[in-house]
Amino acid sequence: MSLELTRDPAHLRHGSNIGQPLTRRDGVLKVKGQARYAADNHPAGMLYAVIAVSTIARGRVTSLDVDAAKRYPGVVDVMTPSHKPPLAEDPDGKPNPFAFKMELLQNDEVRYANQAIAVVIAETLEAATEGAALLSPQYHTELARVGLDGAESYVPPVVGIGNPAVVQHGDVDAALAGASNRIEATYETSAQYHNAMEPHAMVAAWEGDKLSIDTPSQGMAMAQMRLGGLLGIPPGNIYIRSPFLGGGFGSKGLVSGPQVLGIMAAKLVGRPVKLVLRRDQMYGPVGHRPPTRQTLRIGTDSEGRLTAIDHHAKVTTSTFDDFYEPAADASHTLYASPAIKTSHEAVRVDSGTPLFMRAPGEATGSIALESAIDEIAVACGMDPLDFRLKNYAEVEPISGKPFSSKALRQCYAKGAERFGWARRPLAPRQMRDDDGFLVGWGMGTATFPALMFQAQARAVIRSDGSGVMESGAHDMGQGAWTALAQIAADGLGLGIDQVEFRSGTSDLPDAGIAGGSAHTATAGAAIHNAGAAVIAKLADLATNDQRSPLFGAGNTGVIAREGRLFRRDDETRSESYADILTRAGVAEIEASGGGAADPAAQSSYAMHAHGAVFAEVKVDPELGQVRVTRLVGAFAAGRIINPLMVQSQLFGGMIWGVSFALHEEAVMDHRSGRILNANLAEYHIPVNADVPSLDVLTVDEHDPHVNALGIKGVGEIGVTGSAGAVANAVWHATGVRVRRFPIRIDDLLTGL
Amino acid sequence: MMNFDYVRPLTVAEAVAAASEKGATYLASGTNLLDLMKGGVCHPRRLVDVTRLPGLGRVEYLADGSVRIGALVRNADLAHDAEFVRAFPSVAEALLSGASAQLRNAATVGGNLMQRTRCAYFYDAPSACNKRWPGAGCDARQGENRLHAVLGWSEACIATHPSDFCVPLVALDAVVEIEGKSGRREVALEALHRLPGDTPERETLLDRGDLIVALRLPAEARAFAAHARYIKVRERTSYAFAVVSAAASLRIEQGTIREARLALGGVAAKPWRARDAEQSLAGVAPDVAGFREAARIALADAKPSGDNAFKIELAQRIVVRALTLASAGTPTRIPALPGSPFSSGVRHVA
Ligand SMILES: Cc1cc2nc3c(=O)[nH]c(=O)nc-3n(C[C@H](O)[C@H](O)[C@H](O)COP(=O)(O)OP(=O)(O)OC[C@H]3O[C@@H](n4cnc5c(N)ncnc54)[C@H](O)[C@@H]3O)c2cc1C
Ligand code: SF4
Repeated sequence: MSLELTRDPAHLRHGSNIGQPLTRRDGVLKVKGQARYAADNHPAGMLYAVIAVSTIARGRVTSLDVDAAKRYPGVVDVMTPSHKPPLAEDPDGKPNPFAFKMELLQNDEVRYANQAIAVVIAETLEAATEGAALLSPQYHTELARVGLDGAESYVPPVVGIGNPAVVQHGDVDAALAGASNRIEATYETSAQYHNAMEPHAMVAAWEGDKLSIDTPSQGMAMAQMRLGGLLGIPPGNIYIRSPFLGGGFGSKGLVSGPQVLGIMAAKLVGRPVKLVLRRDQMYGPVGHRPPTRQTLRIGTDSEGRLTAIDHHAKVTTSTFDDFYEPAADASHTLYASPAIKTSHEAVRVDSGTPLFMRAPGEATGSIALESAIDEIAVACGMDPLDFRLKNYAEVEPISGKPFSSKALRQCYAKGAERFGWARRPLAPRQMRDDDGFLVGWGMGTATFPALMFQAQARAVIRSDGSGVMESGAHDMGQGAWTALAQIAADGLGLGIDQVEFRSGTSDLPDAGIAGGSAHTATAGAAIHNAGAAVIAKLADLATNDQRSPLFGAGNTGVIAREGRLFRRDDETRSESYADILTRAGVAEIEASGGGAADPAAQSSYAMHAHGAVFAEVKVDPELGQVRVTRLVGAFAAGRIINPLMVQSQLFGGMIWGVSFALHEEAVMDHRSGRILNANLAEYHIPVNADVPSLDVLTVDEHDPHVNALGIKGVGEIGVTGSAGAVANAVWHATGVRVRRFPIRIDDLLTGL
Repeated sequence: MMNFDYVRPLTVAEAVAAASEKGATYLASGTNLLDLMKGGVCHPRRLVDVTRLPGLGRVEYLADGSVRIGALVRNADLAHDAEFVRAFPSVAEALLSGASAQLRNAATVGGNLMQRTRCAYFYDAPSACNKRWPGAGCDARQGENRLHAVLGWSEACIATHPSDFCVPLVALDAVVEIEGKSGRREVALEALHRLPGDTPERETLLDRGDLIVALRLPAEARAFAAHARYIKVRERTSYAFAVVSAAASLRIEQGTIREARLALGGVAAKPWRARDAEQSLAGVAPDVAGFREAARIALADAKPSGDNAFKIELAQRIVVRALTLASAGTPTRIPALPGSPFSSGVRHVA
């Protein structure tokens, strides 16, 4: 689909669109409530589906009172393991590493609380809800395995996406034995759930073996593949509309079980069906960040130079699938140490499978690593910033590769200056404000890999001089509708208002997955290349036509700007797109382009975005309540396509950091495995009063290696560094080192 | 469907009659009750909507200096009533420290008094809970209970009463007017909520059909207006229930405390009036030593009901804080962060 654009003067810019702080092009639609999210759709004849979920975490469903549900007025059907459309593929199969097992009523087994055990389909949402309650499931319950000590641990085969579970570089034990300063500390982080504002939703309509769905997706092409496999239809038969997501944070990267159940329900009843998860039902089947327990052992020589980093992480995963939060991998790239070891162990518990959640591994690992770096700096009697500068990695520590670009030093310098870090007393508990609150300053280094996936785009120039750019990208609120349109406009040499940017549906060229902070880079590269390709065709037309003032210039001899091609060597000679096409009698020309990582560059360079975050907290000296009062983040993330969108992404990430350090925790009953705070009143995230004045700086970085546009991602890096900075500031304010996150009043109180 | 009757009586007498049947429950703004119904925790057979009852939405300042607050007055309206704020500043501060602006706009005075515990096991229908199902057991007792009670709890139930509003009210001798089958009666708010004992399902002394029609604060409560504070420790700066809270009111004359009022929130199944501690403060100078002693006395009988020993220490510190702030004087305006330790203008005891 394409957006009805506003005619806001802010959009009327000419020349270079990239780098302009355009407000989001879909902003007015959203403010007016006209942006149509998946659950806003109501195809004719639509029914409502509600999932019934298990209240036990482990065992079997022994009975469901289907009759009671069916008798309820308005209930049309009840989908159960014995009454459901067939699937072409086992949902417990692993057709590819990105396919995670899901519960599609394949049997009566319950493997975590909140797992779908039936689906009630009814004329109204109320009837479906009531029908689900009437099922009154009975269970055979087995003892749930809960938490990091819930079962025997083992070394996982891989962590993250195919990373080795254990990485060894140098001899960590020997280095620690000979170290002048050493720390060893264990940190715990809590389970977290994505809690996107928009719950997972599915509106599905079948026509024969063709399927049309409205659903929020961070990866439509992957969803088509997965759904096609499960449903036994060609992926091309599936049409997905996903123009807007109310946040995804990784939980909408892969289709979840309940979304597929909505499609199956539509098949079963032969009518369109809508299925929307309730907030509490999002705590289970759509992934989460698992709890971790991480032990860091760090050694330095007598001058505070790192000699060893040993980072070990214990994580939970589900009993039936494998995703291992690569928490310890956070220690691979940041600090120069001759010996680095990272290792993981895992425990299988009766939870849903943990999955990618904004900075998976980087966030959990970062708060532990940055806390430990703070602790070793203290042990060395050094300022934490001086310590980090002394141990600055000039090349990627383990691989030895040079960085494609790394302006972290400037981030440290600019951030520290803006924050006033130089005035920080070394010892903790030295600062008070006028009201007597303890004040503390802490910092953390932020980092996130500059990834790229694969994407396609199609560009068109029309004889009226306007352009079209198509790429099935995903706007999760991060601003893809805007940033990618800016790249499209520059790629086509047009003003942004002359370009129709089509996006958000699966019939468009695959824009790759909006994850790994790689969407702008990947889809952007495809768009850029498609633009270049269509301009090349246009130039061909002009330079081969004797009637054109550009005749004879040759492809490389023209540049595209403001809807005209100019001779590079003589800019007085130019011709408009419209004139070129009209004269040639061509209604439009088109070309495609792809975006993907360059393997050669990747093998030669380490590619990461970086940043430095500085936090000020105030702590009540008797009551232990903590409040963040200032956060300054300076980030180097390659070329900035839209400073406003980037700032928002970094703000959001930093707020997640505050949440990680101080608030966020899923409380699970250690016996039943049920989550006790599966609602937004008691699952605490920062409210406005918790969000301090935020200051984001970006440092210029021209990276010729990451991709043609020099883009690194900004979606996740803000979480890293920030959480540790807050935690370190709490120590600096109080002198109490809390190693369990979120930091609770209980943990601070006794030490105050 | 969870079928229930819905009636909207137009007189108090009709309401009482309608609610006197088994399974009937009053519905005010529903910010608590509807959540409980949706979660399968409460299954009323009849909802008696009281929001149209006449005459219960007024704040009346009576000639004897007392104030009478109708049960349907919205939390926000009361907290922003200028005369009320002047006379009972700690009550207004407590109200404004609760929930969110949207909830306070809806929530009624009667509903606030009668709101149910936030014990997660109470809300989690599959868990064993003696309150929901007498005799079923209490899953909180050995469960995740760091926020549960440290005073007045029993083996049967360790839940706390979550209201902020009730804490200063109970300190100031608020009285509840109740209309029931046998007419009107009054009880001290302090007596409204019961400790769990062996019958945690009986949370208040209201009988079936009893309707709270008004709340009264006596004229004497005005005497504390110059030295009254409510302080609430939370897990985030706003929009969270109290971990522990305290309301302190002092009558100070010539540098001596003549009379003290002290109550705690988040520590017991009822707003907890600390009378012995109040006694210890009468006649002493308003200083830290006296406040600490009062705090010690207030929590002398406290014991952890689980993973919550920290609340005993925290409660003592909050008592000291609330008394310290109260003795320093009520701020001229309610702080921008009501009830928060981070409200400005506070000098700490070093
Ligand atoms: C997300 C959230 C956060 C909250 N945070 C806080 C907080 O921080 N601090 C705090 O104090 N509160 C908090 N609350 C609770 C809130 O104050 C109560 O929900 C509200 O006061 C209830 O008022 P109501 O009119 O909606 O009552 P209802 O929900 O309508 O009723 C609540 C109960 O009172 C009974 N009842 C109502 N009126 C009468 C009457 N006149 N006579 C007899 N019985 C009656 C009902 O039968 C019912 O059992 C929060 C609530 C929510 C949902
Ligand atoms: S503490 Fe009380 S409310 Fe909570 S589960 Fe136990 S009995 Fe129920």
